[in-house]
Amino acid sequence: MKAFAELLDRLVLTPQRNAKIRLLADYFVTAPDPDRGYALAAIAGTLSLATVKPAMIRDLLLERMDEVLFRYSYDYVGDLAETVSLVWEPPEGVVPDDIPLGDAIETLQTTGRANVRSIVRDMLDRLDTSARFAFLKLVTGGLRIGVSAKLAKQALAEMGSKDVTEIETLWHGLAPPYLPLFQWLAGEADRPVLSTPAVFHSVMLATPVGEGDLDGLDPKDFAAEWKWDGIRVQLANIGGTRRLYSRSGDEISSAFPDVLEAADFSGVIDGELLVGGTARTNRATRTFSDLQQRLNRKTVSHKMLDEYPAFIRAYDVLFSGETDVRAEDFLARRAMLGDLVERASPQHFDLSPLVPFSSWEELDQLRSEPPDPVIEGIMLKRLDSPYTAGRAKGPWFKWKRAAYNVDAVLMYAQRGHGKRSSYYSDFTFGVWTEIDGMETLVPVGKAYFGFTDAELEILDRFVRDNTTERFGPVRAVRAEPDFGFVLEVAFEGLNRSTRHKSGVAMRFPRIARLRQDKLPHEADRLATLQAMIESKS
Amino acid sequence: MKPDALLYPAPKGLYCEIGDFYIDPVQPVDRALITHGHSDHARSGHGQVLATRETLDIMRIRYGEGFCGTSQAVALGETITVNGVEVRFHPAGHVLGSAQISVMAKGTRIVVSGDYKRRRDPTCLAFEPVPCDVFITEATFGLPVFHHPDDRAEMQKLLTSLKQFPERTHVVGAYALGKAQRVIALLREQGYDEPIYIHGALQKLCDYYRSEGIDLGEIRPATLAADDKQDFAGTVVIGPPAAFADRWARRFVDPLAIFASGWMMIRQRAKQRGVELPLVISDHCDWPELTRTIREIGTSQVWVTHGREEALVRWCELEGIAARPLHLVGYDDEGE
Repeated sequence: MKAFAELLDRLVLTPQRNAKIRLLADYFVTAPDPDRGYALAAIAGTLSLATVKPAMIRDLLLERMDEVLFRYSYDYVGDLAETVSLVWEPPEGVVPDDIPLGDAIETLQTTGRANVRSIVRDMLDRLDTSARFAFLKLVTGGLRIGVSAKLAKQALAEMGSKDVTEIETLWHGLAPPYLPLFQWLAGEADRPVLSTPAVFHSVMLATPVGEGDLDGLDPKDFAAEWKWDGIRVQLANIGGTRRLYSRSGDEISSAFPDVLEAADFSGVIDGELLVGGTARTNRATRTFSDLQQRLNRKTVSHKMLDEYPAFIRAYDVLFSGETDVRAEDFLARRAMLGDLVERASPQHFDLSPLVPFSSWEELDQLRSEPPDPVIEGIMLKRLDSPYTAGRAKGPWFKWKRAAYNVDAVLMYAQRGHGKRSSYYSDFTFGVWTEIDGMETLVPVGKAYFGFTDAELEILDRFVRDNTTERFGPVRAVRAEPDFGFVLEVAFEGLNRSTRHKSGVAMRFPRIARLRQDKLPHEADRLATLQAMIESKS
Repeated sequence: MKPDALLYPAPKGLYCEIGDFYIDPVQPVDRALITHGHSDHARSGHGQVLATRETLDIMRIRYGEGFCGTSQAVALGETITVNGVEVRFHPAGHVLGSAQISVMAKGTRIVVSGDYKRRRDPTCLAFEPVPCDVFITEATFGLPVFHHPDDRAEMQKLLTSLKQFPERTHVVGAYALGKAQRVIALLREQGYDEPIYIHGALQKLCDYYRSEGIDLGEIRPATLAADDKQDFAGTVVIGPPAAFADRWARRFVDPLAIFASGWMMIRQRAKQRGVELPLVISDHCDWPELTRTIREIGTSQVWVTHGREEALVRWCELEGIAARPLHLVGYDDEGE
């Protein structure tokens, strides 16, 4: 457990993606089986462990600690698992050794309810501080370390010098502690053969249309479709097993029982998950904010199903029945998909329509002024392209509509990490609104990229020279109607938010330009942003 | 006599009326006894200063020759008399030159520990328990959450990271007096023999430690010869903690932020400061050391100067030891 605990400690504090991958990959190489498999499961969220209530942990501690001293400690640290891990003192004579992670998990999985208390106490006695913390986070189910399943898979790919799509393809057919997977990655065994059907197949990705990318390409070789603002999903129904995956291979079936139930065809399709009505029922597609109501749920109420009906706008097929059709060209696959959707539930499936066009100029025009507010651009697909996993440049392009822009005022800045640890590089900005008759800035977002190194120097200097207050690593800066720093912020969309004071949350905000030519009072108002939300719904 | 009559907290610091002197006063006074050289304990501008030779040297380095009117070096274990009060200095194990000060009059002895720790430190003498009627202790880490781990294991974390991320500059924040030199000495003990680079603010104190016979190995200033950041890839650079948030740190390639401090025990503290690799290395006692020391000295009364007084006072109550907080102001609670 010690090595796992050290890994967690490092991951929590490491901001860089590549550094996280290296820490994970190094751990996977050095840790033995089955520990590393259970560690992987804990990080990727596939570990099933009956959880222990925090109250029990607290009780165990108070068996041997003064309650007042515990309260002082807990108040100071603020996190129960961390407090207990720090104040726990084994009885006289018990020297901490190390319990292998696999042993600890297997013991807990086979322990009956009645014995949990004494098993947990015994383990707390035998582990050292950092391992106790990891153990407590595991058993209370609160392992939050800023590492996604996707990142863990990337680390596995790194460890075995494989492509991450290979890991993703295997992922759902395997289970903790992933022995065949690690044996394969370590070069000690062949690639695991899967017995479970309906596994995830890596999706085909598009590259953005860059300057000059379309020059020399013939519009006749491509089909165009609208790019809808939902989430990319893969729906599989093989041998009666139905699964819904996000584009990174995370299973999201439990949040969409309505869609799964309606999937009475056999095969694997690729499409956009949306909320609202299908084109076949002649009702409108609803916004991403509405779709968000349905995401990340373990269970869905009837009310949710009624108010936010989900459907799939299908755009490709990977398996027709049990036949792999990925090698067929786009048009052949689309014909098969058309047949399949035609026979499927009209409320839950429609076919992504093709957008007719004859020149790139015409398409550019369509892209900039799409006919539906839930469209965020155009997809371009080569007619002769097979379905290939990954992001190859050429067969598929995405051409997004222009970003939204507003002028906002810099309000707070936070120091960055790693390369940027000596720069104020995370910027919170706000727009004007009237509160109690006073013109006030309310924060509407935070951005930490979009600027050049030279622009960062300018921003950093402004922050250091105009700090009004400090809160740890955060500085408030002067932001007055006639003095401050105006930023042009670009973003992909706006959602309503109950978490932000302003009531709006930006998607994918970044600093587009420094507007030193403007004064703060010339920046945009909250009403402008609110109107942008209104016009979408 | 009653201990309160011998020593009591006054606005300028702990005051001994009979001897007419202060211990670690926070404002200029006529006569000051100083436990150690950290700037919140050793301030400039006093009339007469009594301290160990090392502490006086350190004050001279930090404040210049005129740091006080007159100074008197007191040897450890030597008994001197100040206006009839018997005063003795004993090692405190905190930083080079640090001492506890024992004050005795009419059969009552009070020991002012200053800042102290109990674990081995290659850069200073070990703490020496002194029997007394009242033990005045600090409580910087006076909460049961503080269990400082073995410092050798902490240094191994740094050495492992150097192997794991050889392209990054490992920048270690460490206080200029004591902590920085201890980190260097510990690294040397672990067999690290590459040159260690230091911030200019550390130069004089490192030179002084070496002149006192403490082996710090090869130390180089962390200045750029040319404009080549690659010079520092894979090296260890040590500087005062604040320097790494400053523009100074921009000379390093992809810095990996490390902080050597007892506060690093708490994850949120590390996270707030943007520390990637916390090293729990403290020049103060952790909770078990504080409580063990109080038991070992066998004193009947404990006064707590600064830090987390309430928890230590509570512990003393539970142990049946009379204890009270002194509520002294002016000592840096975050001091490390």
